[in-house]
Amino acid sequence: MYFNQIARRGVLAAFAATALAAGTIAAMTANTVVNAQQKVTLSGAGATFPALLYQRYIREFQSKNPNIQVNYQAIGSGGGVRQVIAGTVSFGGTDALMTDAQKREGVAGQRGILLVPTAGGSVVPIYNLPGVSKLRLGRQVLPDIFSGRITRWNDPKIVKDNPGINLPGSEIRTAVRADGSGTTYHWVNHLSAVNAYFRGRIGVSTAPDWTTDPLKGPGNAGVAALVRRTAGTVGYVEQSYADKNKLAIAEVQNSKGQWLAPSLALSNQAVSTFKFPASFQVFDGDPDAGYPITGVTWMILYRQYPDAAQSAAVKRWVNYVLTEGQSLNESLDFTRIPSSVIQRVLSEVNQIKP
Amino acid sequence: MNADLSSSSSIPSTGVNPEQDISRKGNFLMDEGFVYITLGFAVIAAGLIFWMAAIITEKAWPAIQTFGIPFIWSTDWSVPAEKFGALPYIFGTLVTSGIALLLAVPIGISVALITSENFLPQWVRTPLGFIVELIAAIPSVIIGLWGIFVFIPVFLPVQQFLHQTLGWFPLFSSEPPGPGILVAGLILTVMILPTISSISRDVLRSVPVTLRSASMALGATRWETIFRVMLPAAASGIVGASILGLGRALGETMAVAMVIGNTKRITPSLLDSASTIPAVLANEFAESHEGLHLQSLMLLGVILFILTLVVNIAAVWIIQALSLKGRE
Repeated sequence: MYFNQIARRGVLAAFAATALAAGTIAAMTANTVVNAQQKVTLSGAGATFPALLYQRYIREFQSKNPNIQVNYQAIGSGGGVRQVIAGTVSFGGTDALMTDAQKREGVAGQRGILLVPTAGGSVVPIYNLPGVSKLRLGRQVLPDIFSGRITRWNDPKIVKDNPGINLPGSEIRTAVRADGSGTTYHWVNHLSAVNAYFRGRIGVSTAPDWTTDPLKGPGNAGVAALVRRTAGTVGYVEQSYADKNKLAIAEVQNSKGQWLAPSLALSNQAVSTFKFPASFQVFDGDPDAGYPITGVTWMILYRQYPDAAQSAAVKRWVNYVLTEGQSLNESLDFTRIPSSVIQRVLSEVNQIKP
Repeated sequence: MNADLSSSSSIPSTGVNPEQDISRKGNFLMDEGFVYITLGFAVIAAGLIFWMAAIITEKAWPAIQTFGIPFIWSTDWSVPAEKFGALPYIFGTLVTSGIALLLAVPIGISVALITSENFLPQWVRTPLGFIVELIAAIPSVIIGLWGIFVFIPVFLPVQQFLHQTLGWFPLFSSEPPGPGILVAGLILTVMILPTISSISRDVLRSVPVTLRSASMALGATRWETIFRVMLPAAASGIVGASILGLGRALGETMAVAMVIGNTKRITPSLLDSASTIPAVLANEFAESHEGLHLQSLMLLGVILFILTLVVNIAAVWIIQALSLKGRE
């Protein structure tokens, strides 16, 4: 009986402790809110492509501005846009088009949207063909493979570009992203720009309707794993990912017919030819110079923030990213944004209200 | 219940010193409090399920209105065209879970038998059972990574062999790309094995010793005892264990998404790639477009909810039928 009582008391105490803990957590959350008013927190969410770069910006920025706490969660471009519309973040990130309809929706519509290009990068074709260490996939060959018009490795169009290389008669498998992705967007944007059939059948989207019924892997790592494990496969990943993981990259052709292996210099060259419009959203599927499959990533800002502390912090953060921050880009395999564009962006950033 | 409690506290209070009486009243409060607190937690837990189901259905509602019942057997899944259908994913979910169940049940029962019977010495059985249970503690992402980097390359020659020698048979009729239905099924087998084996072992251990003794006394051998007495007596528990395992297989997300190839295909060949409902949710949810895409993903969630519900109801029904039969 006595032990029973102790046991019951113990259980009751445990419940009481649970309740107490819940209370404490609630109190702690309240505390952070109070602290946040003295110390501004900017929370960002969105594209995974620039996540490494943004983490680096944040580290450097934090050491100079201890009063402004910045965080960025890589939840994907679609998620970033959704969070901005819902008004749950201070800034978003996207590699894909933010449509005019999206800009008018929810909190985005109330406060207005400013898209800030922060960095660029290229997307490269990777392949796995045992015994072939150098492969060229021509300007019309890539779209034909990904729209299912070329299905065998020894197709005359591929053989013509690769003299002296013994190509097998096996089937070409394609590997693409299983998740909607800015990387996919830049890839199909190029293929659509150079090939009308591809544009008509598949078109430009972060999650296109592939007609070849390709293998799909989540993220760059997922696609790379599929290509690595499956002989006879072609896929696409970000250039920095392919470089770091030493994947076999096929050469591609620019509009002048030159064969190019990707490099940061070529990506930079491509970004410098982009004509940034007033919205700063640019998708050039076939730039005149540089690596032909290159795109830009954006931070999504509001044109108006609820209080002066927030807007001052945002201005400070974005000014850092577009000036000092840019010098970090190349060390992490991202391109810079041309300085003429940065001037235009900064003048708009500095008009953010209040 | 109330009357019961008050009588138990009032009877001893006659003629006992007041100090003890107070402690008994405290005791009574504690009893009451305990009942309400546990009741509260139980209601919260049950309410949570209904709340989640309601929220998901509400979010999926526009898709239900747009596509209606044909969503279940439509094979479209096109984000740009905003046409969605669930059949390829329902197919993949059922086939991979079916393979897993088919393989994990016999293996799980074998493990349960070997660790609950005494034909191996204790120092072999205990670690064996422990290690199999440890599989349950491995995070599914790790199992998925193991699948991609270790299992698929090792298993690919086996798949190629199956295709080359049995390619005329529909189940092996396609060139294996590496990831695929069979690989996902095998990975799921590994994942649900500990659930099935550990619960089955507990059930087998709790079969009354008298049943075993009676069987032995009638002259049955060990094998006859196992197959005619032990397993039938434990049948309802083993079915319950298998259903728990099946539930895990149906809902498994990351490991499957990493090894199934994620193609929207309905194919007779087990070597081909496919996709499952949890895998497509994991892949597309984060980057989903507002509107019909997101709503259709929610609707897939509702379908998975219903699928698991049906499986669980079937399980309860089978267990009842079996235990009734056992009583006869």
